[in-house]
Formats: sequence, C-alpha cells, structure tokens
Amino acid sequence: MSRPRTGLRRSRLREARAALLFLSPWLVGFLVFTAWPIAYSAYLSFTDYDVISDPSFVGLENYEKLFSDPKIALSLGNTLFFTAIQIPLYVIVSFGLALLLNRTRRSSGVFRTLLYLPKMTPPVAVGILFLLLFNGENGVINTVLGWFGVEGPAWTTDPAWVKPGLILMSLWTVGASVLILLAALQNVPQDLYDSARIDGAGAWRRLTSVTLPMVSPALFFIVIVNTIAGLQTFDEAYTAFFGAGNTTYSNDAALFYVIYLFRQAFEYLHMGYASAMAWLLFVIIMIVTAVQLIVSRRLVYYEGAS
Amino acid sequence: MRTRHATAAVLAAFVSVGLLAGCAVGTGGTADDAAADISYDADASLTGTLTVMGFSGVDEIATTRMDAAKKALGGVEVKLVKGELDIQQFLSAAASGKPPDLIYANRNQLGSLAARGAILPLDACYEGEGIDKGEYLPSAIGQLTLADHVYGVPEFAMVQVTMANGDLLDRAGVRIEDVNGSDPEAMREASKKLAGLAEDGKKLIGVDSKLPEFFPLWGKANGADLMSQDGRKAQLDSPEAIAALEWANAIYADQGGFSKVKAIRDAADFFGEGNQYATGVLGAMPMEQWYINVLNDMSPDAPLVFDTVQDRNGEPIAFSSGSAWAIPKGAENPQAACRWARVMTATDTWIAAAQARLDKRNQENKPFTGVLTGNVVADEKVRAMTTSGGAPWDDGVAAMYEANEHTFSLPANPADAEFEDIMQDAVNQVLTGEKDAAAALHAAQEQAQSALDDAWAKLDKEK
Repeated sequence: MSRPRTGLRRSRLREARAALLFLSPWLVGFLVFTAWPIAYSAYLSFTDYDVISDPSFVGLENYEKLFSDPKIALSLGNTLFFTAIQIPLYVIVSFGLALLLNRTRRSSGVFRTLLYLPKMTPPVAVGILFLLLFNGENGVINTVLGWFGVEGPAWTTDPAWVKPGLILMSLWTVGASVLILLAALQNVPQDLYDSARIDGAGAWRRLTSVTLPMVSPALFFIVIVNTIAGLQTFDEAYTAFFGAGNTTYSNDAALFYVIYLFRQAFEYLHMGYASAMAWLLFVIIMIVTAVQLIVSRRLVYYEGAS
Repeated sequence: MRTRHATAAVLAAFVSVGLLAGCAVGTGGTADDAAADISYDADASLTGTLTVMGFSGVDEIATTRMDAAKKALGGVEVKLVKGELDIQQFLSAAASGKPPDLIYANRNQLGSLAARGAILPLDACYEGEGIDKGEYLPSAIGQLTLADHVYGVPEFAMVQVTMANGDLLDRAGVRIEDVNGSDPEAMREASKKLAGLAEDGKKLIGVDSKLPEFFPLWGKANGADLMSQDGRKAQLDSPEAIAALEWANAIYADQGGFSKVKAIRDAADFFGEGNQYATGVLGAMPMEQWYINVLNDMSPDAPLVFDTVQDRNGEPIAFSSGSAWAIPKGAENPQAACRWARVMTATDTWIAAAQARLDKRNQENKPFTGVLTGNVVADEKVRAMTTSGGAPWDDGVAAMYEANEHTFSLPANPADAEFEDIMQDAVNQVLTGEKDAAAALHAAQEQAQSALDDAWAKLDKEK
C-alpha cells in the first residue's frame, strides 16, 4: 500500500522541482528586484537614511511628518486633481477614437500605426514637446486657438493652466488604449447588433446597451491601469518643470506626489522620509483600486460570469 | 506542516538577505578619520588608476589642461566617467564602497556631500601638493568651506553682466545705467518705457529681472545676505530681502506679470540667430558672462550694450557659481586625485589652455573673450591675452572681468539643495501671485531654518 503512495509523492516532488526550476528566473528576479526593495523600503520608512551613513531607527517620525509637511497635501491634491480629470478624458478620447477606427475599413492599419506612434515617444521628449506646443506666446495650441479668435492661456507659466495643459498633453499617448478598445470592439458579436436593430434600437441605444457592456471589461482595465499610472505621474511634468534647464522654475502647480518623493529621495537624500511617502502612495492606490473593483461589480459585464 | 516549513524558509531568506543588505549600506567611519590617514606629497611619484566622474573634457580649454594633468601624474592611468555628475550614480558607488577617485561637481552641491561624509576634507591635499588657497576666488573657497575645512578645489566662475539692446535703449530714451540695478526706481521706469516700444502686436520684454534664479543677486544688491556666513542661519525674510523681491517682481507686474514675460522669454531662440537681442524683443537683463560668446557667435551685429550689475551704491556685484574638484571618501588613489585637481586649476595650466583657445579663435578670425577660471592669478594673466572684438564686445569682456572682482556666493551648508529649492519655491509663489513677498519669504524662512537645523544637528552629532 505504501509503495504507490511514496512513488506518487516522489513524482509530485519531481514535478514541483521542475516547476520551480522553470519558474526560478522569474522568481529570483521578483525576489531581488521587487519583493526585496518593497520590504527594504518598509524598513527604511522607519529610519533616517541618506545613502552614505547607516540607517538610524526613528520610529514613526517619518509618518508623523507626512501630516505636517504642507508639500504633501499640495502634491497629493495636484495628483488627485490630475488623475480625476485625466482618466475620464483619456477613456472618452480612447473610446471615441477606437469607435472611429472600428468603422474604418481600408486604411485602418495606417491609422492604427499613426495613433500608436506617439506612444513610442520617450516621456522626456513629451515633456519638452509640451513646453513647445503649449507655449503661451508662439505654441501651436494657442496659434490654432488664435485662428478661431480665442486667445489661449499661458499653459506653461500660469499656475491655473499648468495642470489642464499637462492633462491635454497626456492624451498624446492614448494610442495603446485605443488599440485595446479596438480589439474589444471587434470582438463584439455582430448578431447582438442585428438583434438590437430588429428590436428597433437606434445607434445611441446600440452603443449604450450593446457596445458599452460588451467592452466594459476592457474599459475597466484601462481605467484601473491609467488610474495607477496617473497617481504615479512623473516623467513629463518633471522634465517640463523640474528637470535640467527648468530647475529655476519649479512650479508648485506641477508638483505631483512622485516628483516630490523623487526630490526628497534623490535631491535631499531623505531616503527614510521618501520611503514613508512611497508607502502612503501605496495605501492610497490600494484604496482607490479597491473602490474601483467594488464599483466595477455593478458596471462591468463579464460574458459567462454568473 | 510542510506549508509552515516553507513559510519559515521564505521568511528566513528575507531576513538573511535583509541582514546582508543592512551590512552593505554605510561606508563606516567619518570622512575626517579617513582624511587623517592620507598623506599628500607634491614630489611623490604616483602609480595606479585615477577614476574621474562628472568631467567630459571636450573643448581645448579642457583637453589642454587634461594633457598637463596626465603628464604630471606620470604612470597613473586616467579613466573618465563622462557626462555631468550624476549624484545618484555617485552615491550608489560610494555606498557600495567603490567610489570614483575624484568627482567634478557644481560648487553648490558639495556642502551637503561634505556634511554626509561622502567627500574628504582637502586641507592636507592643499598643503601636501602645495596648492595656494589664496590664488582662488575668495567667494569660491567660501562656497567650499564647511566647518573650517575646505572640501574642493574650485574651477571656473560664472558671473552676471547687464546686457541690453542699445537701439531699444535709445528709442526709449534710457541709458545702460538705468538698467544695471544701481537705481531700482529708474530701472523699473526704464523697463516700462522699453516695454512700451512694442508695436504691431509684437511682444517685447522691457527688463527681465531673471527671477527666480537671480533673487540672491538682487537681494545682495539691496544689502541682504540670504544666509549667515557660517551657513547656519537662514536670513530669507529680512526687510532688505523682502524689498528686493517686491521690486524684482514689480518689474514683471508692470509688464503684465511673470507668466507673460516668461512665455515671451521661452519663445525666443536663446542659443541661435533668433535670440532676444537680435530680434529686438528684450530691452535688458542680467545674464551670465558665457552668453556674451553666444551672442558674439550668433549675432555679431546685434546692437548690444554691456555693463556690470550694480548694487544700490553703484558698486559692481555678481553672484558667483562654478565647479570644483572633490575627492570622495573611500577613493583608492586620493594622491593622484589631489594632483590632478592641483594641475587642472594651476595658473600655468590655465595660461596654456587660454593659449590653445586664443589660437583657435585666431584661426576662426574671432576675438578671444577670456575665460573666468576661478583662479584670480590666472584670470589676470588670461585677461592680458584677450583680443579685441571691437565695440560692443570689448565692453562686455571688461564688464565680465570687473564683475569677477566683486563676487559673492551663498556659504557652504549641509542643506544646500533644500535651501535653494525652498528659496526658489518662495520666489515662484510670489511670481505666480500665490503669496506676497513678505508671506512667501516668512514661510520660506521657517522651512529653510528647519532644514538647516536638521542638517547641522546631524553633522554636529557625527563630529
């Protein structure tokens, strides 16, 4: 009786070993480059550490400072404002472009490529491009607005217009989301539209009752991913307002949370405080994502789900 | 049972890695202790390798001096980690116990590196290699001196010169003396007159007071030292500093606000033929001396007028900045690093470099406008080598050298990056209308003092 059971156990052990062996490159990478830095940053958040000297334990001091540092509230407010406005706009534009592409037949490949191309632009270049396109005096945006008799604002220098400008600029990279939504749109069964037509549904009704529910998982994915990216926004704003050449005009209106975190860590060498900031952001992202997941149960339709 | 063992093993692995990593951080011992173990001798024959981080050495001023330094190092192999100094890269190398032997950094970066024990005090280097501290710009040495120790060997200097468009000055009926800062009200009035010359929808900046970067300049011109000489006390909200900021901001307010002026400033082809002076969209501004060469190269016929920037008593004044050589704690070849720093900044080496530049400019049929070396003895000799570019460029060179004799800088301190950001953020808050000058500078004063107190407390504790 015991021999077959032992043999089975050995076989399973062999399988487990083989599985671990194949998984090991990823596992090692995950442990060294993700799990360990996460755990270590948790430790550092309770210390005073400047990279050169040894970390010294300071208890909850860094976390207490988060509540008294006015720049935390400022940068969090900027980040939440940016995310709250940017995400709906990003999704609407992506979805609109995907709908247009879905109707295009002959040259859809060309348009897909053209829409995706800006996504290939390095974020640093986008930051520089922002300053050129949105210059209040001779930028392309204000020039075009001028053709219609609209005097454009000083997008890059007026604090009230800095974030709206960055939000508009972020639409430069909708290409990836457009492709995801296009794939989702092309997977909506034609017979659902045919049935809706037979039932007398107009274009708007077909969009809201057939298209949107069927692509809602893709939309939800885009919302989740871009919300997290929005809360971590850094590259473009840092290049435009805080990078080399612009260090003399670090605008409070563009001080996003991760930019402030970066400055604390790598400019002031307050690694412990920056780690505490990173954990606060982690908690915020977890809460926002959890809320989105709860809301999604009512709004997202998964085919085949009970 | 097995699951429990597996969990324990994973936790043990984490703890072990944690302990190992914990051992890896920190470089052990103070920089003062490390410096005490190193002796420097100008006559010693050196060997090994010298790794230099942050220096590219691309033009003739650099390559001529590098040749001299390599010759003085004899058998030492020199390795350059090119590009501007990346503080993260440097600190990572230092934390891992493998720092370069020498770094080339902005002078205002070295205070906080010194305070953290990342670089060595160079008093013994100066003495052993026979480097005469008195030959360097006093403001540069001051910027590198923290708690009575000098942490770098200065190289180059940047100073500000008043640059104006002569045609616009004539049309507005104002003189260069009206826009050099010596009479604040005259400068404001001149700015309004110059800005009023705009026609046909063309935007024109009267005077650009170059905030926020030149706030220390205007503060000093109005009698304000933004930090105490020992680098321990912030003095951002003195009445003189507040008045200077109110005035410099009013120059923008008179022209529709900083936002509009900056948009016009950003729209210019700053380094090209379409620069603000060539296109006549700027009356006057203070600017670093290197821009004289840019203007001379790009728009030699532009109607420029130059003068020093002056304080309220009519005395020339300049906010000096520049680079410096520093030796990291843990450097394997500090003796070679010290010799390199000595030769690169020595008077004879600068003269050889200036000669190389002069030869090149002669070949190009262009004037040699001098180099500000950070070494006052060398500056005097290099100035004698300059060649005439005719009016107005000779006036520009004269103003540059005069400014170089009247420099000041912010003292070295262990919170330099934070202090500078806090100061600039306060100025930006005024420029954007978020706060008035007094409120912004009062708030900045508190933040800056807190940052200085924290940094000095750590430094004093380590000592």
